[in-house]
Amino acid sequence: MKAPARKLVIACGALAHEIAALREANGWSTLDVACLPPELHNRPERIAGAVREKIRELRKDYDGIFVAYADCGTRGELDKVLAEEGVERIAGAHCYEFFATPADFAALAEAEPGSFFLTDFLLRHFDRLVIGALGIDRHPELQDVYFGNYRRLVYLAQAPKPDAEAAARKVAERLGLELVVRQTGYGGLGSSLRAFAGRPGMPAWPA
Amino acid sequence: MPEAAEGEFDLRSLDDAELVEQVHDDMYNGLKAEVEEATHIFLERGWAPDKVLNDALVEGMRIVGIDFRDGILFVPEVLLAANAMKGGMAILRPLLAETGAEPIGKIVIGTVKGDIHDIGKNLVGMMLEGAGFEVVDLGINNPVEKYLAALEEHKPDFLGMSALLTTTMPYMKVVIDTLKDRNLRDRYIVLVGGAPLNEEFGKAIGADAYCRDAAIAVETAKRLLAERRAARAH
Repeated sequence: MKAPARKLVIACGALAHEIAALREANGWSTLDVACLPPELHNRPERIAGAVREKIRELRKDYDGIFVAYADCGTRGELDKVLAEEGVERIAGAHCYEFFATPADFAALAEAEPGSFFLTDFLLRHFDRLVIGALGIDRHPELQDVYFGNYRRLVYLAQAPKPDAEAAARKVAERLGLELVVRQTGYGGLGSSLRAFAGRPGMPAWPA
Repeated sequence: MPEAAEGEFDLRSLDDAELVEQVHDDMYNGLKAEVEEATHIFLERGWAPDKVLNDALVEGMRIVGIDFRDGILFVPEVLLAANAMKGGMAILRPLLAETGAEPIGKIVIGTVKGDIHDIGKNLVGMMLEGAGFEVVDLGINNPVEKYLAALEEHKPDFLGMSALLTTTMPYMKVVIDTLKDRNLRDRYIVLVGGAPLNEEFGKAIGADAYCRDAAIAVETAKRLLAERRAARAH
């Protein structure tokens, strides 16, 4: 009997928790996940190269590869790399868009252009990845430079823990923003991975 | 780049060349008060305001820009350096105006409708001002009508538009198409910039240039303005 196709998801580390939950819930036992550091978002020009390196490192071991990144500020560079490597990614500009769905995200942004978005991941790591990475802990005067034009914090909740909304409220108060909470579930991440996991085995690159 | 000197010392004890280098270091380290003090010292020593601006402030920011591009500095450091430069420029601005020197060009700049992000746009505006351009900053969330009114009022050489979001960057085309519809497009050099943009997008929407960062925006503005003036002279 032929062994089931091994599939690989190369993912942003910011999605690791969510992909693990989807994998377990759906019993995708032949689907492996390789994550890149979420801190790459602070230098998005490095994402495309890092993804290419990971594809080339691991493609020999798999029958199919999918990339769990949106464009993520790569200015189309990620798509160029993926076209060359023959690999697909989640549609959308960033994770807020695919979690909320493009139509809902556009409506939220249009309703209030000064919307700052958080996901479960960003909420959990807010102090390190936002306050620390933006230097606000060391230079509090920068908070207004970054957030002065925002009016509300939109927390897009995927699978929130019981205390998540309180944590989001604390963040909103710290930034002086109104809090809006949207329960999104896994949105486009879930549907993309389900489609990938359900495909028959195929080469991850052109023969 | 050397670290800032430990402990306090008197900036006045430095000769001109040392003080210029110290300003570059202090800008690199985001030390606004020190940059402001050094700016005053240069002026007391009889330096022309434009020489202080170019040799000390603009050059200091140029170094910061290179190290940001090369991944040595990150956004917080660039913002602190920009804040330090702003401190120096605030001292020099009225003095530069007194000299009566004509700006080398004029730009109306603003973030497009639906977008409230202005960090990149502000850096571009500051560097253009440092390079001798007159900058009319429209701020954030600008509809096409506001751009048109500002172009009519200020009659600039350039229109600069910024967007950080993929959902808002298409609005740049709305503005450019409106200029075309009203036969105004050829009056202005249109520069665009922002994180999700690239060269292809700039071309596709009919901009004259996409500017990847503030330093490139300054270089591009100078080059395109010189080309346009040369073409009109013939």
